[in-house]
Amino acid sequence: MLNKKAILILIFGIVSLLFSWVPGAGLVLAIFTLCLYAVNKTVRSDIKSEIGRTLAIIAILVSICSLFYVIVLMPLPGNNAPAWLLSLRSAITNTAFYSDFENNFIAEGRYIYLLKGLGVTFEVTFLAVLLGIVLGVIVALVRSSYDTLKDELRGGFGKGVLAFFYKLCGIYLTVIRGTPVVVQLMIIYFVIFATSNNKIMVAVLAFGINSGAYVAEIIRGGIMSIDKGQFEAGRSLGFGYVRTMTFIIIPQAFKAVLPALANEFIVLIKETSVSGYVGLQELTKGGDIIRSRTYSAFMPLIAVAVIYLLIVMFFSWLVSLLERRLKNSER
Amino acid sequence: MNADNDVIISVKDLKKYYNGGEVKALDGVTTDIRKGEVVVVIGPSGSGKSTFLRSLNLLERPTGGTITFEGNDIMAPSTDINKLRQKMGMVFQHFNLFPHLTILRNMTIAPMKLNGLSKEDANAKAMDLLARVGLEDRALAYPSQLSGGQKQRIAIVRALAMDPEVMLFDEPTSALDPEMVGEVLDVMKKLAEAGMTMVCVTHEMGFAREVGTRVIFMDCGRIIEENTPEQIFTNPQNERLQSFLQKVL
Ligand SMILES: Nc1ncnc2c1ncn2[C@@H]1O[C@H](COP(=O)(O)OP(=O)(O)OP(=O)(O)O)[C@@H](O)[C@H]1O
Ligand SMILES: [Mg+2]
Repeated sequence: MLNKKAILILIFGIVSLLFSWVPGAGLVLAIFTLCLYAVNKTVRSDIKSEIGRTLAIIAILVSICSLFYVIVLMPLPGNNAPAWLLSLRSAITNTAFYSDFENNFIAEGRYIYLLKGLGVTFEVTFLAVLLGIVLGVIVALVRSSYDTLKDELRGGFGKGVLAFFYKLCGIYLTVIRGTPVVVQLMIIYFVIFATSNNKIMVAVLAFGINSGAYVAEIIRGGIMSIDKGQFEAGRSLGFGYVRTMTFIIIPQAFKAVLPALANEFIVLIKETSVSGYVGLQELTKGGDIIRSRTYSAFMPLIAVAVIYLLIVMFFSWLVSLLERRLKNSER
Repeated sequence: MNADNDVIISVKDLKKYYNGGEVKALDGVTTDIRKGEVVVVIGPSGSGKSTFLRSLNLLERPTGGTITFEGNDIMAPSTDINKLRQKMGMVFQHFNLFPHLTILRNMTIAPMKLNGLSKEDANAKAMDLLARVGLEDRALAYPSQLSGGQKQRIAIVRALAMDPEVMLFDEPTSALDPEMVGEVLDVMKKLAEAGMTMVCVTHEMGFAREVGTRVIFMDCGRIIEENTPEQIFTNPQNERLQSFLQKVL
């Protein structure tokens, strides 16, 4: 049965990830899982088998690391280590590639720069996305409510206030989208918070404020994509503008833009790589520090690129799952 | 004619212009809607039927004229338009059910949030209404899982859940497959028999004839002729009405 095979692949994916730290075992299991996936074309539409496949791919990456550790790094009991392992180890460690690798990542624990940098990158991205969504929702609501309400509110204090915020949001969007994010980042660091040295806060602010402008447009697009009839149905039942938005329009709009918001997160992961301009040690800066220590550019920069690529591929895959789920739930 | 105090909605010289007067969607409409009446509005496409109907609950803001509901000017700044709309149920051509909510929630959200009904009361009332249209087994389904005819029946009972005094229908069967028209018209007919005051824009002449108490024929933003269905269909006076009926009958 179609479903059973998909579940089988999922189980094998989980198991191979669990055993990926055992040199060899995880690798074999993971490759077996991938073969199962490749052979059974019919299960590809099933989300379970896709998750299994992705877990297997992750398991392969982990397995390679564990194999690498055992073959190259693990301290061996000097006298009774198997001869084949020793010769394999020296075959690897004698290559120029390995010594370059060793120099850049292992010597003096330099890989820590990448690990810590990755942590900072995630921290900044995550907080900036949250800030961006908050700002974006506010700006989108101000702008679309002004558009709808400007005919309904006839003058008066409320309309004046709304018009003021509408203009303010317009300026925000124009300025933020009209200037490079690096410049915004430097202005916030060197001008606005010149006295503070909290680089993470500065980066979160800069990227959050920047992302808010794009999120605002995403959300406004989502609100506008909702059929006008939904709004009219809400109003004709007796809901006021705010309640119609809260109960009827925004839940639907949010669902419609969820994949786009998740994409914004992916974009921000890459965008934060310019934080080095204000000296924040995120992933890119981590690689750059290694480069400045070892004077070799290839290894650290390629490593940084590969890490970004893997992360982006993983999150893009999550977004595609999300999109499919949303589409299925619509029917 | 009935006494004046039976009038629920009174429309005087209603005008709605678009593009600075270039398009006159409504060009001076005057009529009264009385309690228990089933007023059927007919007319060619673009004659202003929807605009007229949608002006009654201010989904469109008229350019001129007055509308009073139970004696109150609905365009007066002091009128709470949301309160007013709760008394006028509206059914749309394209149903406009809330796709993110279950059928039950579609029907209980307004009574709970606006009338402060408890969840139990709102649910009980909704189930009662669903039973009346034979859809109680679909309470937990989502709108996308229903047929067009079922959706429209739900849209009708969703409006009824607010206990409106008037029901407005804008071509409720026009988006339906022919085999589903009957089930929706049946619901409307029962509603009329129960004494609901209704204003229906429709192309269903059979319904107009059988259920309507009065037919309004509109063209070019004006009421051209209004009379009992009997008179409209058997003895039309205006030649535009005559040619319209020739086309649709
Ligand atoms: N937003 C608008 N802007 C400009 N013109 C409009 C607008 N809405 C309606 N109209 C015009 O007003 C006139 C009346 O439209 P209305 O929708 O009331 O007609 P209708 O009788 O309901 O027609 P139908 O049977 O096609 O639904 C039409 O000429 C239409 O083009
Ligand atoms: Mg119409």
